[in-house]
Parts: sequence; C-alpha cells; structure tokens
Amino acid sequence: MPIHTEPMTINVGPQHPSTHGVFRLRVTFDGEEILEVEPVFGYLHRGTEKLAEERTYVQIVTLTDRLDYVSSMINNQGYCLAVEKLLGVEPPLRAKWLRTMVAELQRIASHLMGIGFFLQDLGTLGTPLMYGFRTREKILDLFEMLCGARITLTYMRPGGVFSDTPPDFWPALENFMQELPTEIGEIEQLVMENEIVLVRTKGVSPLSPEMAINCSVSGPVLRASGIAWDWRKMEPYDAYEWVDFDVPVGANGDNYDRFWVRMQEIHQSARIIHQCMEHIEPGPVRLDLPLVFRPEPGAEAYGRVEASKGELAFYMLSDGGVSPYRCKIRSPSLINLTVTEHLLVGWKLADMIVTLGSLDINMGEVDR
Amino acid sequence: MPVQALTGAELAERLSAGVPASVERWEEEVVWVEPSKVEDVARFLRDDSSLDFQFLNAISAIDFIEYFDVVYHLTSFRLQHTAVIKTRLHGRESLSVPSVYHVWRGADFQEREVWDLMGVDFQGHPNMKRIMLWEGFEGHPLRKDFL
Repeated sequence: MPIHTEPMTINVGPQHPSTHGVFRLRVTFDGEEILEVEPVFGYLHRGTEKLAEERTYVQIVTLTDRLDYVSSMINNQGYCLAVEKLLGVEPPLRAKWLRTMVAELQRIASHLMGIGFFLQDLGTLGTPLMYGFRTREKILDLFEMLCGARITLTYMRPGGVFSDTPPDFWPALENFMQELPTEIGEIEQLVMENEIVLVRTKGVSPLSPEMAINCSVSGPVLRASGIAWDWRKMEPYDAYEWVDFDVPVGANGDNYDRFWVRMQEIHQSARIIHQCMEHIEPGPVRLDLPLVFRPEPGAEAYGRVEASKGELAFYMLSDGGVSPYRCKIRSPSLINLTVTEHLLVGWKLADMIVTLGSLDINMGEVDR
Repeated sequence: MPVQALTGAELAERLSAGVPASVERWEEEVVWVEPSKVEDVARFLRDDSSLDFQFLNAISAIDFIEYFDVVYHLTSFRLQHTAVIKTRLHGRESLSVPSVYHVWRGADFQEREVWDLMGVDFQGHPNMKRIMLWEGFEGHPLRKDFL
C-alpha cells in the first residue's frame, strides 16, 4: 500500500541560530526537498531612515554603525562620502588613506565572520569560526586604539576621521599584519581542500550571472557568479585609486565560489593595507567643518561604497536644514536576499542553511 | 576606467526616441519621466544595446508633502555608465506607479519597502505587501506627516 504524503510548511526562525539574526524563512518541504520559500523580515526594523531625519549630519554617523554591525567602519565611510558629496568637500589626504586602511581591516573582520558562520552552518563545530574570531579580535583591539570602541565605532566623520592614530597604533598594526598570513593560512589549510566542504558546497545552489544582475545582487555574491564588478575599482573613492589590488571572481556562482571569493578578498585587503601603511604621510585628518552644518537647499547625493556585503549607498537630500530631508539607505544584504527563493527551491533542507550562510547577510542592515 | 554618469540631455534624447511621450524634462544628470510610462522606459533602458541598464541599483521615494518623487538609480556593467530616472506623483492618496518587477527582479523587495514605508503602490508587482512592518499596521512611517 502506498504511503500518503503531503507537503509541509515549516518556519525556520525568527530565532533560529543559523538565520544569522532575527530572520524567518517560511519553507514548504516535500520530504527534505524545498518547494517554496518566503523570507520574512522586519524584526530588527528600527526606522533608521526616519531617525536620520531628525538628527544632525554628524550625529547620524552613530546610526550607521548599527546597520551592518560587524562592518561599522565601512558604513561610516559610505555615509561620510555621501555627506561630503552633498557638501562638495573632500577630506585631507591622510584621512583618505586612514579611511581606506581601516575599511580594509573591517572587511577582513567581516569576511572572517561570514566565512566562519558559513562553515559553522556546514557543521564544522566551531573551529574555523573560532580561528576567524581570533583574528577579528585583534582587529577590534586595533579599532579600540583608534577610537575607544570595538563594534559601534563612529570613527569617521564627514570631512575625515575623528582623530589621528595614537603612536602605539602603528607598531600594533605592523605586528598584526605580520601574524595575519599565518592565521589566514591556518583557516585555509583546514577547510579549502577539505573533502566534506567541497562535496557539500561545489555545485550547490549556483547563481547565473544573468540572474545575479537582474536581481540587483552585489558584492562577493555577484563576483562569485563571475562578474568582476567592484565599486572600489569602478568608482574609486578615498585612496582606492592609488592602490593596487585584484578583484577575485568565481566561475560557477555556487556556495563554494561565494566562500572562495571572500577568502581571496581577505588577501587583497591585506595587500591594500600594506600599501596604505607604506604611502600614508603625516598631515591633518579632518576638515575644519562645524559640528552643525547646513548643505545647500535642494542638494542631493548618492554616495556608495563597496561594503563587505555589497553596494552600500546613501541617497541624501538636503532642504538646507541641519538634518537631511531624506536619507535613503541602499542595503546590500536586503537586496541580495532577493535571490533566496531562486537559490533554494529544489535543494534540500541541509543545503538551505549553508546557502543562507553563503549569502552572508546581516539583519541589522536588512531591516535597518 | 571609472563609470561615467550619462547626462540628462543625452538620456532624454534617447528615451524620447525609444518611448514616445515619456520624457517630461531633464536636468544635468536626471531625466524626469511620465509616471504611467515608467515600466516602458525601464524595459527600453534595459534592452536598448547602447544603454544596456541591466542593473537596478536602488529605488527610493521622497515625500515632498504636495507630491512624491520616485527615483531609480541604474548601472550598465558592460558599458560602464550610470543613470538616474525620476518620476513625480502628485497628491497624497492612492499613489501608484507601474512596477518594474518584470524588468528587474531586484525591484521586488525595494518596491515592497517603498509601499510599506512611503505608501506608493506599484501596479503589477505580484506580491505587493508590507515588508518591514506587519500587515494591519496603520500608516506609512517614512511619510513626513507620520510622527
């Protein structure tokens, strides 16, 4: 006698550890196979864009820390660039180098977490994650030397950075950069050619370049699908036009490629940091802007950066007041989630968690 | 080579030829289009090989009290240029503009977000419901009259 079966709808989240924050997936399964997926979010919606409308331009920097909270430096940078564009000013040279350097340190920290949690989702029981955290901890120590904070940094300001580096920062950075290759090497040795990692990720949930572009996907997820598009190259900001680095691209856009691209980008970030350390020269680090300023009425600016998750942009509009009339945040994590359904349908429950990990989303940024 | 922004005048000329009666006016780097023509304009911008705007960066909406602006930021990876398209919706009640979901799937969550927070409806979107807030929430919090 045949056994009667029927599809089953399951809620994954909003508190599930593998959802990387408070995020819910409504998934309909046929046995283990995924038939339908609906991502549900908003649990961390704090109304950042609304809050920005009643704060001064300098105060808003603190709000940007809380978007992608594992990558605050890059959020600060994107916002400050947008405000500088709105005002038509440029930060001093030393500030540009400093911002580039700390943004790359932050990218390494963020990618290490992305990779660590991705491997955790694969079932590596914490070892690569802890290796990643070990290195990230040192980066946070460096940030603490710069601004006293570790996560919500607010290090950058429109017109430069909060303050110059303390004297003991440079030897500490030098020391860190010497240890970095060994530490990254240990993670690579552990997982890059691990058979279980390869079998579980190669060919799983591939994303075609056409689909990636049509779904507005950006960042490592886009580059894993074979498109060499990086805003640091295509629209250089701060010091990126003076540094040399490669844009790693994947071939198949599968879970392995998304993981591989992040791993390669860590090496490229290290290259950029070395160049920054070499080229940076003494000088002022911040423009002499007042704490409260009023951009021209009607001025608007679309300032974007290549954040660790993708294209992070701030679309600012001024009415001549002390706060922006509108501050729209283009969140790469939210828009990268557009492909969730496309990537998951037809695959199995165990792959679902891994694929979600390979997208490397941050709920602070998805919900804002 | 860095990306170039297409000038409003150049874009307006191409758009007027491709989609009749779609362009309202243009500025330095912005083209204003007729709200009802948004989807046709989007399809033309994507499919015309000399424009090739395959990538939708962002959809934003701004509340100006008497009217709302909807702004589309676009990029072509192949031709390495960018464009800004704007459209203006007058009034505050039952605002709607054609959805570009079927041109760029990337519009899916962004249009839902604009509906949720700004109250602009996108006609033709297959799943036009709130995204950040829950169904049953009253009002659209990013509007200027929502305190």
